[in-house]
Order: sequence, then C-alpha cells, then structure tokens
Amino acid sequence: MPQLSGPTDPAADARWPDVKPRKGFFTDTSICIGCKACEVACKEWNHNPRDGDLELLGSSYDNSGALGASTWRHVAFIEQKRDRIEEARDTGRTLIDLGMPQVGPPASTTPDESPVPNESPVPDTPEFRWLMSSDVCKHCTHAGCLDVCPTGALFRTEFGTVVVQADVCNGCGTCVAGCPFGVVERRTDGTAAPKTDRGERKGEQPDVPNLGVAQKCTLCYDRLLDDQVPACAKTCPTTSIKFGDREEMVALAKERVGLLHAQGRTEARLYGANELDGVGGTGSVFLLLDEPEVYGLPPDPRVPTADLPRMFRRAGLAAAGMAAAALLSFIGGRS
Amino acid sequence: MTEFDSTRPPEPLVPRQRQRQRQRQRRGQAGPAGADGSREMPMVPEPEFTSYYGRPVIKPAPWGHEIAAYLFLGGLAGGSAALAAGAQLTGRETLRRNCRLAALASVGLGTVALVNDLGRPERFLNMLRVFKPTSPMNLGSWILSAFSMGAGVAAAAEVDRMTGARLPLGRLRRVLRAAEGPAGLQAAVFGPPLAVYTAVLLADTSTPTWNEARDELPFVFVSSASLAAAGLAMVTTPTAQTAPARRLAVMGVIGDLAATRVMGRRMDPVAAEPLHRGRSGTLLRLSEALAVAGGIGTLLSGRRRGVAVAAGLSLVAASALTRFGVFEAGIHSARDPRYTIEPQKRRLAARRAAGVTDDSITTAG
Repeated sequence: MPQLSGPTDPAADARWPDVKPRKGFFTDTSICIGCKACEVACKEWNHNPRDGDLELLGSSYDNSGALGASTWRHVAFIEQKRDRIEEARDTGRTLIDLGMPQVGPPASTTPDESPVPNESPVPDTPEFRWLMSSDVCKHCTHAGCLDVCPTGALFRTEFGTVVVQADVCNGCGTCVAGCPFGVVERRTDGTAAPKTDRGERKGEQPDVPNLGVAQKCTLCYDRLLDDQVPACAKTCPTTSIKFGDREEMVALAKERVGLLHAQGRTEARLYGANELDGVGGTGSVFLLLDEPEVYGLPPDPRVPTADLPRMFRRAGLAAAGMAAAALLSFIGGRS
Repeated sequence: MTEFDSTRPPEPLVPRQRQRQRQRQRRGQAGPAGADGSREMPMVPEPEFTSYYGRPVIKPAPWGHEIAAYLFLGGLAGGSAALAAGAQLTGRETLRRNCRLAALASVGLGTVALVNDLGRPERFLNMLRVFKPTSPMNLGSWILSAFSMGAGVAAAAEVDRMTGARLPLGRLRRVLRAAEGPAGLQAAVFGPPLAVYTAVLLADTSTPTWNEARDELPFVFVSSASLAAAGLAMVTTPTAQTAPARRLAVMGVIGDLAATRVMGRRMDPVAAEPLHRGRSGTLLRLSEALAVAGGIGTLLSGRRRGVAVAAGLSLVAASALTRFGVFEAGIHSARDPRYTIEPQKRRLAARRAAGVTDDSITTAG
C-alpha cells in the first residue's frame, strides 16, 4: 500500500522504476494580468470543448467560473477595496509572525519599517486592487482523486503528476468527491447537467470527446514526454505561470515571497509549498495575495484517504457489531 | 459608491438574481454590490467568512438518487443475507427462503442502480480490473461481487425448490443443492461488509458532511441495514418464524438512534447542519420517527401479523429515508462553500492556537 499522508516523493512511492524529477508549476499571482491566455492555450492543446453555453456570469471579468471537466486552467478575478487590502496585509503579517519557515530576508513587522518604504517597484494603488490568479490542478503529493479511483484510470506519472486515462475511466465519479480542491469533474455534453438555466446550446459545436469520464489537467503529460513545457506555462506572457522541477519551483516561490515581504507587501504568501500540509504539498505551488478562500481555494485541505485506516477500523468494528447482533438475535431465545 | 447611489431605489430582481443576491448577503460577499445600481445594497453587515462569489470550493459527487437507493438496497441485501444464514442454521425454512430471495432481489436492483449511475455504464467491469485497498469503491465492488455470487446461488436453490425442481438444471441440481448451504454462509460473511463499506465510500471524500461523519457513519449504516432487513423479514414471513428478526429490528433501532445522535453531536456544528436542516434534515427526522414507530410496533406486535407488517414497512421506510437523508445532506454540503471553508478555518485556527504552526498549506515563505 502506498504512503497515505506525509512528505514523500510520489513517483517513487508509486514504484516507478525510473523516477524523473518531480515537475510542477509555480503560479505567481502577483504578476498575473488576467489575460486568460493560459485558459485558451490549455483548451486548444488538450482539445477541450467549451462547457455549457457561453454565458456572462455577471460577477466579474471571470466568466469561466471554476475549474471543471473542460476548464483545466481557470483565471480567478477579484476586485478589492482598501479595507480588504489592509485585512489581507494583516492576515499575511499574522502568518509571518507565526514563525513559519522562511527563506530570504526577514520580513518587517510593520510596513513603515520596510527597507524600501514607498519605493515598491510594483505599481500599487491604496484605494483598490485587482487580484488575478490562474488556478489549476494541484497534482498533490497525496491525491484524493487518485487514491479513491476504483478502476486505476487515474495514475501517478513518472513526473509525480496525476493523470486520467480516459479510455479506462468508467465515470463512477468517486474522484470528483475525493478531490479536496474541486478540480476533477465528470464531463457531460453540457445538456445532461447544464451549467445555466438557459438550457439551450447555441451555435454549432464539434462532438465532445471523452463524454461521461473524469477529466482534469494532465500537466500536459504528452508534452512532458517530449521535453516540452505545458501549454499554459508556454503561453503565459508575464511568466506568472512558471514550470519546472518542483524543487526549483518551491525555491523560486520562497525567494519571490521573501522579496515581496521585504517590500512591505506582507499580504504575499505561498500556497502548497509546505510538504507537511494535509495533502503532503502540492505539485502546483501558488503565490497568493490574500487568504486562499478569497480565490476559491480551501484554507485547510486534507486528503480524505489520510484517515482511511481509521475509517476501515471503525467500519470493521461496525460490521462485527452487525454480525454479533444477527448472531444474538438467533441465540437470544427459541421461538 | 457616490452620494447619488444611496438615493437610488432598489431595482426589481428576477428570481435568479435574487437568489444570487441572497447568497451573497448570507455569505457576506465583498463585492461592488449596489455601486453599479444593478443590485440592492447589502443589508447584512460584514462577512464572517469570504468565498469566491459564493461558488463552491469543492465539487459534489456527480451521483444521482440511484446511489442513495443503492446505499439502502446494499444494506437491505447484507442484512437479509445475515438473517437468511441464521435461519438456515436454526432450521427456519420460510424465513430462510424469504430472506435469501430478498437478498438477491435487493442486491440485484442495487447493482442495476449502481451501473446505471456510471458515466460509462458499459465499462462497469473496469471496477474489477485492479484490487486497490485505498479505494472504498474498488473494495466495495469486490465485496459486492463475492456477496452476489453467494446470494445468487442460495436464492437459485430456493427458486428451484419453489418451482418444484423445474429449473432446467440437469445434473447441476445436485451441485446446486450441495452448494447452497456454503453459498448462503458466504453471502452472510460478506453481508455486513456490504452494508458498511458504503459508509466508508461516503466518508472517504472531501464532501464536508460525509467526511466529518466518518467515525459514526459506519454504525449508522449497519444499524440501518439491520433494521431494514429485519423489517422486510417481518413483512414477508409469518410471525412464528420471525422472533430473531424482531430482536434484530429492536437492536437495529437502538443502534440507529444512538449512532445518529452521537454523530450529530460530535461533528463540527457547521458540517452537521445539513443533517438537521433543509430537505435532508426533514428526511432524517422522518426516518427517526419511523424507526421509533417501527421499533415500538415490533415490541408490541407479538404474534399479530398485521402489526408486524406495519412495523416492518415502517422500518424499511426508515432505513431508506436515512440513506437518502445522509446522501442529500452530503451533496448539499458540497454545493455551499460555507460548509467547506468554515470548518477548515476553524480547525486550522484550533491547531494554531494549540501551537501547531508547521502544517498549514498557506505559509509565509
């Protein structure tokens, strides 16, 4: 049985004979401009159909809504006013004060003591800000989707990533519930479970491939095999999406967050870089500028399978109880 | 917002907007509400938690009510096989026959429901292409297969007897007769696992209400399975042979009530909310009432068949409602980001307060 929680090298844990260095993304949201080129490149390379009708969600510039079966990169868009910026700066400072492991120059406790006050090279307005973040599958060290897949359709690649074999998956949907990040989804043609009330599908559309099976980001497994960079990272015009060996990505992320802290931007924080977290660290590391839930990310995800041994023990106890009750009911008297 | 915005009258809302509006207010969504004049001003003050436009953080399992039905039918089948084995060993022939038939019928219907709910039903056999202990769905498929084999042979023997040995079996009849006893016991061995694995299947997900219920859900499910199978036996079988079923029913009701109570109390209050509120809450309350009524009816029925049948039906219905209630509570908890974010924030804060600061997914560096 593979390791269910804690730090590990997932590809080696999956007993790959020739383990490659673990690959991952570092998505630096502080330089994302929300252009959505990653969403487009991903759709094009992976032949992903549009999901549902082209509809304006009416909440922000984000109209793809969330990650899903046919949306493997999703750019979140949030507008915040001054109070929320200050709140984010405060929560970030609390995080720094917790004495978490840090690389780079120690952050100042107040923005006033910042080594470069008011000289931030990042253009910033005090009144409001736009947060943009390109979300993607986390390729967890301990992947909830992979653990619960009953067919073996989901597998761990030699690069430490998690990929669905569309020709094996029978669409049972367990992985959808297993993912702590809401990434993987069963693909419908948009009519079986329409995303909108409007119902009708407009315009001509090509046939939807891989109907009824689970679909999610493959970290462009096909491209990795040819030593190519994933489509989203390749196309990102600001290098907000960086791709490489996970170790390098984490080092880069720590360096970057240290730099931002040195500039007094205490709201900057990393997401997924800690291998002691509930999923053993993620392959896709993010630099966020506010609490994770603001971006639609879970604040404390935990792979459900980490508790599986305990669940099995409880279930074994319950099953034994049921057998005992049945036995008791037959020997409890003769009639 | 300008000073003119404050005098702008609230615009009439179409239902969908209103729903979104309500969600945003309840969740305290920070947004430009009111500023563009297209929405009402927020009436509820500051957020207790934030989410991304009220959208779910995790995805609900794409399961229809077939799965809820399967939770019920699998339990019914497992319990019936256990009763059938008891009857087999104590020589209660009618009870044995009826329970064997009930086990096969319910596991058959349940399997159809299960396969039907797959995104690719024609690939259902892929469930058995690996043996994977980390996947409750995979283990369950193996349990279901082993159970069905036993239940099928045992029930086939009963059908053969009922039809006066008219099944075209030839020499296989002797094999069937020899195999039915062991087959019945095989089904009984896999009966409790069949009834309980679905609890692990639900608990081993990121669906907040199911995952939070992980410690008690197995006990709720086996109790529910026991009382359902016992109830069905009371309906199908004359009272002369159902004394064990009545005892099992009472034990099941007591276990069900106790486990449900403990579960509701021990869980995170927010994650437990769908078990008490809304449609799922109603289903579970109704289930509890029916279980109590069925339990009392069972105790009072004695040799009166009519009362026993009514009590039995009430128990079967109670079990079905428990499964549908738990199923819907989980789906509901996945659709609302509140059930994901609030318990997670709370447990993170609790760990930090206890001095554990190294296991957060969010780090300062």
